[in-house]
Amino acid sequence: MTVRISDDAVAIACGADEVAAAFIAAGVAVERVSSWGMQWLEPLVDIDGVGYGPVSVDQVADIINGKVPSLGRIADHPFIATQTRLTFARAGKTRPLSLDDYYASQGWLGLAKAREMGAEATIDTVITSGLRGRGGAGFPAGIKWQTVARADGAQKYIVCNADEGDSATFADRMVMEGDPFMLIEGMAIAGFAVGANKGYVYIRSEYPHAIAKMEAAIKLSAHLVAPFVVEVRVGAGAYVCGEETSLLNSLEGKRGEVRAKPPLPALEGLFGKPTAVNNVLTLAALPWILTHGGDAYAAFGAGRSRGTMPIQIAGNVKHGGLYEVAFGITLGELVNDIGGGTASGRPVRCVQVGGPLGAYLPPAQFHLPLDYEAFAAADALVGHAGITVFDDTVDMAKMARFAMEFCAIESCGKCTPCRLGSTRGVETIDQIIAGKNVEANLALIADLSETMKFGSLCALGGFTPYPVMSAIKHFPEDFR
Amino acid sequence: MASIADILAVHKDREGPLLPILHDVQKAFGHVSEDAMREIAGALNLTRAEVYGVVSFYHDFRKEAEARPVLKLCRAEACKARGVEALVPIADNQSRVKVEAVYCLGLCAVGPSAMVGDTVYARLDDAKFKMILEAM
Ligand SMILES: Cc1cc2nc3c(=O)[nH]c(=O)nc-3n(C[C@H](O)[C@H](O)[C@H](O)COP(=O)(O)O)c2cc1C
Ligand code: SF4
Ligand code: FES
Repeated sequence: MTVRISDDAVAIACGADEVAAAFIAAGVAVERVSSWGMQWLEPLVDIDGVGYGPVSVDQVADIINGKVPSLGRIADHPFIATQTRLTFARAGKTRPLSLDDYYASQGWLGLAKAREMGAEATIDTVITSGLRGRGGAGFPAGIKWQTVARADGAQKYIVCNADEGDSATFADRMVMEGDPFMLIEGMAIAGFAVGANKGYVYIRSEYPHAIAKMEAAIKLSAHLVAPFVVEVRVGAGAYVCGEETSLLNSLEGKRGEVRAKPPLPALEGLFGKPTAVNNVLTLAALPWILTHGGDAYAAFGAGRSRGTMPIQIAGNVKHGGLYEVAFGITLGELVNDIGGGTASGRPVRCVQVGGPLGAYLPPAQFHLPLDYEAFAAADALVGHAGITVFDDTVDMAKMARFAMEFCAIESCGKCTPCRLGSTRGVETIDQIIAGKNVEANLALIADLSETMKFGSLCALGGFTPYPVMSAIKHFPEDFR
Repeated sequence: MASIADILAVHKDREGPLLPILHDVQKAFGHVSEDAMREIAGALNLTRAEVYGVVSFYHDFRKEAEARPVLKLCRAEACKARGVEALVPIADNQSRVKVEAVYCLGLCAVGPSAMVGDTVYARLDDAKFKMILEAM
């Protein structure tokens, strides 16, 4: 009997360590693996492929004695069976820090392929795949690398953006905690492609488990990616440091203020050197793309959004977790069919997609397919593909206020519309909530939003109007 | 316990050493003092004002030590959707633990979530939250 229990942060926060200890105390060997991503079932216990969960310590003896009904074969669970797991192919199956497990599951094949075909062909493969940056902006990854590759300079860098600050996102965390060698392999492929010998992973300090796993995995695999060298750097609790130029300043040891572009980081990035800054998921997609070919990846998806997206379903949802699927799936399918509606059992009132800078969308918009262009056309954001579900008890005026408050707390302070506008926004929404001069104050918020949209250097100030204005547009009754 | 000089010696020759140094100082002393800032500035050829600017920019660095134990409670959207705001009065009704807001711990489908040091908690309800606070 092989008992597998995840050791990722969600499993641990839900009591996986105690459950694992109880199995061990009962004389049963336990393998700590990555998470399947069915977070409502954590701690999920996998016994020879059959699942039990969520498991509490007092159930362990009965599980061993076969007295607890199982969930059936985990791989056949509809939440798993309907996914297309390319990046998360190993999720639930391998021990995160086992090089043996990684080798046995097609590990390092992508890097070998890249080295065999050469840097230029590697970039061509990525261009063919249609891979776009998974950090939010959706910029074509291959084009960025071409720019870095062609830039002058002996010293170039790969910077992996693992700041993952958006609420409702945890796919980067799951890659780092569950499959760290895949990210290292992806960084090494990118480094080989652009001619960089050094890579930094900038991980937010709120992710101690991811930091520990990445540091351990870097040591274990150093000889396999050499001469490429990877180093972890830890953020310091600033949301704006997820913005790539702010992140570079932070890596250099400066205040995390956003830099004006140009110059592009691809030409003048870290310490002024050509730098590819990419999200964890962008880099983690590379081993699969190199192993299976650009066309195979591009065969998935919709419109100009190619491949798969690891979607994070969170908030007040029955079946929350990680759902990797080709672009094109509708929001309604994700929330209702896969997510199973709310955890509270009450009606879904709205969802926020794309984190704190993403729009609030009512069920009337659930026909929207997950696709960068389709979302943009609806004034919404795919972003890092986190979906927060809210039931009908949500007060949208409070959520709009929070969007402004968050912007005020996290603003880097460089632009006036962002720094002062957000504070003004909080005060104005407070007036609206208090019922004072509601119409005039709503007009003021609309004005303020326009100023922030067009007068901000980065998307923190520039996109905060989206959650605010979408809340007012779709849920006017909460403001009057 | 490591001295500032020890910490400086470990990181001084790295690329962009300031944040790693500040993290270690914060960890060892619970804050980054005025004296520490001067010593770091001297070693890295920066002005005190530059170091101060960095320390004050990031939420993780404190200029003064916090005497109380600290719990970070996630107040971001997904945890709000799962009811974290209902826990806030419990935090407000005690003063022994400093309850700080944090915006997302990556546990957004199993919130409300919190963190104490490197220990993470999920699926908080009134009883569980009170128990954690009392045990601190
Ligand atoms: C305020 C703000 C926060 C951001 N946070 C992140 C983040 O946490 N992770 C990330 O990958 N990109 C984040 N981005 C986007 C980055 O600036 C950048 O587009 C991305 O790292 C590029 O990588 P990609 O092309 O692989 O997506 C953020 C942008 C802004 C404006
Ligand atoms: S919009 Fe806000 S966060 Fe972005 S650069 Fe301007 S002040 Fe900084
Ligand atoms: S929103 Fe609370 S953990 Fe992500």
